Amino acid sequence: MSKTNKSSLSILLRGIIAENPVLVLVLGTCPTLAQTGSVISAVGMGIAAMLVLVCSNVVISLLRRVIPDTVRIPCYIVVIAGFVSVVQMLMNAYLPDLYDMLGVYLALIVVNCIILGRAEMFASKNPVGASALDGLGMGLGFLLTLFVMGTIREVFGAGTFAGIKIPFLIDYNFPILKSPPGGFFVFGCMIAVVNAILKKRGKPVREEAGCEGCPSFEACERKFDKSADTPLEEGKNQ
Amino acid sequence: MIKTLTIIFVSSILVDNYVLTRFLGICPFLGVSRKLDQAVGMGVSVIFVMLCATAVTWPIQIFILDKLGLGYLQTLVFILVIAALVQFVEITLKKFLPSLHSALGVYLPLITTNCIVLGVAINNITDGYNFLESIVSSLGVGIGFLFAMVLFSGVRTRLENTGVPETFRGLPITLVAASIVSLSFYGFAGVIEGMLS
Repeated sequence: MSKTNKSSLSILLRGIIAENPVLVLVLGTCPTLAQTGSVISAVGMGIAAMLVLVCSNVVISLLRRVIPDTVRIPCYIVVIAGFVSVVQMLMNAYLPDLYDMLGVYLALIVVNCIILGRAEMFASKNPVGASALDGLGMGLGFLLTLFVMGTIREVFGAGTFAGIKIPFLIDYNFPILKSPPGGFFVFGCMIAVVNAILKKRGKPVREEAGCEGCPSFEACERKFDKSADTPLEEGKNQ
Repeated sequence: MIKTLTIIFVSSILVDNYVLTRFLGICPFLGVSRKLDQAVGMGVSVIFVMLCATAVTWPIQIFILDKLGLGYLQTLVFILVIAALVQFVEITLKKFLPSLHSALGVYLPLITTNCIVLGVAINNITDGYNFLESIVSSLGVGIGFLFAMVLFSGVRTRLENTGVPETFRGLPITLVAASIVSLSFYGFAGVIEGMLS
């Protein structure tokens, strides 16, 4: 019993620290960059994505023996799009301000590679309980990263925290951090910090944007020979 | 009429560049921009798919979903239509235009679940554009994407020969470089106001 408890705790914690989806796996960069201009929108985005991630992981895990292998990606997309629509409608009804703030990025959770990636890599191979925990862990990792980045950008970019004014910083801040270029810059620096920590611990560091969650990962891997650096002719490497 | 279309076109290329100010399509922007020919191929494929996707999703939204009061199915329908459309386009090109297929075929499957295509299709509806405006806006966004990819591939070629601090090597310096490219697009902020007056 204690052993299963320990393993489920490790599934949960893995998503938050060791395999943090944004900083270590470098997935889901679009919402991370776009929605961290303020703490409120960052937390809203994180919670919405976490809800979709947990629900879709549970359903896909339940259906893992039913879904035929050849059409699994469209099936996953339908399940995810269904939950995204549910979250959209709930948020429009109860949190209309946040709904307007997130705008099109809420609908774009459908193509967020964290969610599709967890469906493909974890939920389609594991039982329901573990999948739910994995979704929760990854979702919390995403939420926490967005919160930290949103805090950095809002506190130093606008001198406020979730709308509350901070003395001194309100007069002396760097508005560029809140704007799109600041998003790229802060994200780059955060990944650099994580890379430094990973290197110190002797773990491999990611050189490129994460591709694991991308449904076209296999097609991409096959067609772009990374070492040759040029697209191969189709069927040449068979 | 022409004026509105011009404003939409120019603003979606320069002022409101989807990659650099709205962060859509970051994956191909960071992933396929190391070589100029790959960047161009990806950009042209995105323009092509985006035009097809808008031409199909706009009528679906206006004549089917809105008519039947099914607006809440937008996300679900659009992503499935775009995924099916990309497959269809690939098969059609292979059959009828093999030369174009050999140039773009590599990139087409990668665009299926790209957020820039879905984002443009949804934004055209949210902004209340008519059919012609939607097509022009998609074309503008596509050209803006190609423009950003080409510029950034040049920046990255330069980056490969510089002495970057060890911690920043790889993805972090790419993001910082993207930040500077994005900053340069701030210079276009006043262009639209100038056009209006």
